[in-house]
Amino acid sequence: MDPRRASRTVSDPKIRQVGFFAPPPDRSFSGPPDPISTSTPNPAAATTTAAAANTSSPPPISDLSPSGNSLSPVMIPPPRHSSDTTHRPVPFPPVSPLRRDTLSLTVGSYNNNNNNIISSSPTASFYDESKGITVKVSPTPAASSFPGGGFDLTAVKASSVPASGLTTVSVVKTLPPGFTEKVGGSVEMQNDLPANSKPLKERTSKAERRALQEAQRAAKAAAKAEGSKLSATTSGAVASANAKPTKATKPSSQKNDSATVASSEKKGGDRPPEKDRKKDAPHPRMQYDDKSRVEKAKRRAVVKQTEARNRVELFRHLPQYEHGTQLPDLESKFFQLDPVHPVVYKVGLQYISGDISGGNARCIAMLQAFQEAIKDYSTPDEKTLTRDLTAKINSYVSFLNECRPLSISMGNAIRFLKNRIAKLPLTLSESEAKAFLQSDIEQFISEKIILADKVIVKHAVTKIRDGDVLLTHGSSSAVEMILLHAHELGKQFRVVIVDSRPKLEGQLLLRRLVGKGLSCTYANINAVSYIMHEVTRVFLGASSVLSNGTVYSRVGTACVAMVAHEFRVPVLVCCEAYKFHERVQLDSICSNELGDPDAISKVPGREDINYLDGCTNSENLQLLNLIYDATPSDYVSMIVTDYGMVPPTSVPVIVREYCRDQVWI
Amino acid sequence: MDFQVVVLAGGTAKNLIPLVSKEVPKALLPVANRPVLSYVLEHLEQSNLKDLIVVVEGQEAAALVGNWISGAYVDRLHVEVAAVPEDVGTAGSLRAIAHHLTAKDIMVVSGDLVSDVPPGAVAAAHRRHDAVVTAMLSSAPVSGPSESGSSTGKDKTKKPGRYNIIGLDPTRQFLLYIATGAEVEKDIRIQKSILRAVGQMEIRADLMDAHLYAFKRSVLQEVLDQKDTFHSLKQDVLPYLVRSQLKSEVLLNGAPQTEENGNQKVNSQSNQVTLSGILANASTPSFHQLSELGTNGSTRRTHKCCVYIADNSKYCMRLNSIQAFSDINRDVIGEASRLSGYSFSPQNNIIHPSAELGLKTTVGPHCMLGEGSQMGDKCSVKRSVIGRHCRIGSNVKVANSVIMNHVTIGDGCSIQGSVICSNVQLQERVNLKDCQVGAGFVVTAGSDCKGEALAKKEK
Repeated sequence: MDPRRASRTVSDPKIRQVGFFAPPPDRSFSGPPDPISTSTPNPAAATTTAAAANTSSPPPISDLSPSGNSLSPVMIPPPRHSSDTTHRPVPFPPVSPLRRDTLSLTVGSYNNNNNNIISSSPTASFYDESKGITVKVSPTPAASSFPGGGFDLTAVKASSVPASGLTTVSVVKTLPPGFTEKVGGSVEMQNDLPANSKPLKERTSKAERRALQEAQRAAKAAAKAEGSKLSATTSGAVASANAKPTKATKPSSQKNDSATVASSEKKGGDRPPEKDRKKDAPHPRMQYDDKSRVEKAKRRAVVKQTEARNRVELFRHLPQYEHGTQLPDLESKFFQLDPVHPVVYKVGLQYISGDISGGNARCIAMLQAFQEAIKDYSTPDEKTLTRDLTAKINSYVSFLNECRPLSISMGNAIRFLKNRIAKLPLTLSESEAKAFLQSDIEQFISEKIILADKVIVKHAVTKIRDGDVLLTHGSSSAVEMILLHAHELGKQFRVVIVDSRPKLEGQLLLRRLVGKGLSCTYANINAVSYIMHEVTRVFLGASSVLSNGTVYSRVGTACVAMVAHEFRVPVLVCCEAYKFHERVQLDSICSNELGDPDAISKVPGREDINYLDGCTNSENLQLLNLIYDATPSDYVSMIVTDYGMVPPTSVPVIVREYCRDQVWI
Repeated sequence: MDFQVVVLAGGTAKNLIPLVSKEVPKALLPVANRPVLSYVLEHLEQSNLKDLIVVVEGQEAAALVGNWISGAYVDRLHVEVAAVPEDVGTAGSLRAIAHHLTAKDIMVVSGDLVSDVPPGAVAAAHRRHDAVVTAMLSSAPVSGPSESGSSTGKDKTKKPGRYNIIGLDPTRQFLLYIATGAEVEKDIRIQKSILRAVGQMEIRADLMDAHLYAFKRSVLQEVLDQKDTFHSLKQDVLPYLVRSQLKSEVLLNGAPQTEENGNQKVNSQSNQVTLSGILANASTPSFHQLSELGTNGSTRRTHKCCVYIADNSKYCMRLNSIQAFSDINRDVIGEASRLSGYSFSPQNNIIHPSAELGLKTTVGPHCMLGEGSQMGDKCSVKRSVIGRHCRIGSNVKVANSVIMNHVTIGDGCSIQGSVICSNVQLQERVNLKDCQVGAGFVVTAGSDCKGEALAKKEK
């Protein structure tokens, strides 16, 4: 909503700068920090120091901490999550025969076949080692003119048609005998060709790399020398130095690199390595109004991206493509995309076609796809699993990102996975490591999503009393579970589902709820101010909750929350803690997603009211179909998470105390 | 991408006699002087599908096809040829090679398909919906020579309803009904249950089944095993799968595997339920899911049959009749010239440098003249394909025809709309219109034929 709203708690200009932080010019700053450095004209460093100081036990100069009014009062001793302390037994890797293995058997036999042809001896005895079927060589009339000779195989199953043997008539010569990959060597080479498998890091120039290296070295030395108390300031310096190269890699970062880096650095000297910090820093988003960067990205892209023409001025920095061109193009390239695992590819197709939507579902689908991909993964020669698998996952992630921009929850899950890969003990064998990762993913899904939902339901149900009228917007999986559970408990309540075009997700929820026997009212968002009179509670889902308490959710949520707030109806936001993010966002402009503009200009099935048919290509018409909006924390009474019900001001605590531990172990 | 490709190259098709013979099976019929099978193989090669199984009916045909492939595609493709007995049908062919199929999905392509529709698109649609079968449909071609004015009308009226009757759902993604045009006599029967579940069905007669399918392997093998009588994919297997899509009898993914023990099991299963619930609720349900839930709470098993409808700008045609043979030959050097892989001269025709033309001989646009062919004086060639090493005399007129290799044509012949196979000898002043001349036939001087099939008597 409007960031200049008077009642906002976050109104200090210094904090505002955290959101839109431009790195200071002196990035070589790395000397031993003196007290003055905290008040250097580097607002980011100052705020980060302050934020960091909050966690380390002695808050040094509390006057300098501008975030004190909203952030610091919440000081809860960090309780440990059970999953950290109890050591989970590493499951023994199942020796399940991979599909690839069985494949390689047959292929091996094919290759034997090749050899046979070369030696021109029509022996077919190799078949029984792979299939276990009886083989008899019967010289057919064709055998004289035929290189491989004819085989007559009796079938495995008795069928009406006698099974026929295969005769290899043409082979790719580059295929070495005993080559296990089914596709030829030429395909293998193509794996390296597409640019998207290349690490993105190469873009930094030499000078920048050197600068980064020096800064890191200096920071490390300083951290060692000064000990834990002063390291907070160092981290600020490193952060600023660190932010610069990443910025060079990707387009201008508007986001609070240093703030996030510092917040992850709060523990001080006990986590010295810089590479951790590098990972913690979120990748600055691509700014799509930067033409040259967009061109570059397009060349890398797997998915063909035709940019939409008439984009709304304020949202030019967000990606927007001609919808409808991507899917057919991606489909036609189905067999050319070797680096992408089929399961990941399928998920990408489902994202692009909208078959899967919703934060939890997208995240689960992605994680399950990664699980499959890891299962089928085998480390190539002369490469280490940690590095190669990370590169692979990166390429998958960038592919999925091209299909549809990743949600924050997915970003968190990816970060979790990458950290798990990086932290794999080197002593593990490949199969053990793979089993380890798969069980990690499994655990993430079950603990962070499913169990979290169950806990949320348990908490939220206590807020539903007999005679309540509950309002919800759109279709949130958590809210649905709450309503159904409350209904199972026998509570008497009524549900109002507020819906909005163009997706009309509420109708699906409505259908399911009515099917379960709940009494429901359905209204469009236009009627929200009317229907709000009778509502006693508002339950909302969220795509993400940001550390200033802003709820980033399906577009329309902010409107519903505002009206509810005006009517003094409590607004409960249900959100799993894995969707929390330390980012701070004040409006829904700088980070959002643009949907298909045609979706709002056309009404399917109603030709009679499609008034905009002819003018969508007009220069003067710009269609804006936003997917998300940001609800300010003022409108949110309570956030229901798996750690309990907290006020929105406590979100940073959860981010600080739980999310880091869970996601970035 | 875990797909295996099976090319069904057929044998000596009966409806193409006299063009096909023991020496030239259907797969090797020349289209613009290249065997028709090469169009499929190269199209697949372009899509990076280099590991193919080619199924040919009959040992001898298999040997011929195998020889040709080993010569033409060595070092490019990894092809295996399987010979099956004749008359086992497409379903039988797949039964015969069933034990070689290991991938998750199988793509079955007819060997007589001349098309530039990316097979990846079909595969992607298949994967996206997790379908049991995905069929490619293309708009039914208008047959008959498009140029020769008067005959166009006649040809069109000659062939009504030769293609398919196809029922689609409103999103045009799922196949609800399919029947071959020939089977339909007066009425078609559509299942009420399907119609009730979908609500609205679009019945089209202007689409053609291109005989390019993606099957889920487990389902395909199960159907083939259980239904012994099924003979053809198109007429038995596909309609069966479409018919039974709402009361599925095929096992989709095998039994859900649960290996954990003790109380973990209960827990993980309830998690599984929640998980699938979240995933299912997230997407717009297709009518399959809606009908799965049913009205009375009982769950029914369903499977999905999808279609991929090729874009109209793409070329897609099957060589399954003599008319189609001439049409494809004409199109490949004409409007769909991108398929042929030849480079056209500025006059929009292809004349091999070693071909010799006599005085005042004209070769019009959309023509092709193979290597080593010789033409006498004052000949004219229009929209025709002439093969290799043909000797053509003077004053010969060739229009809308296909002349294969090593054909000798005497002076003063006139050939229109005909197909002349290899090693045919036409003596002087032969007049052929809409004829097919089988391989090795000798047409005596001065004969005048119209709409006949001339072939040697089988001994």
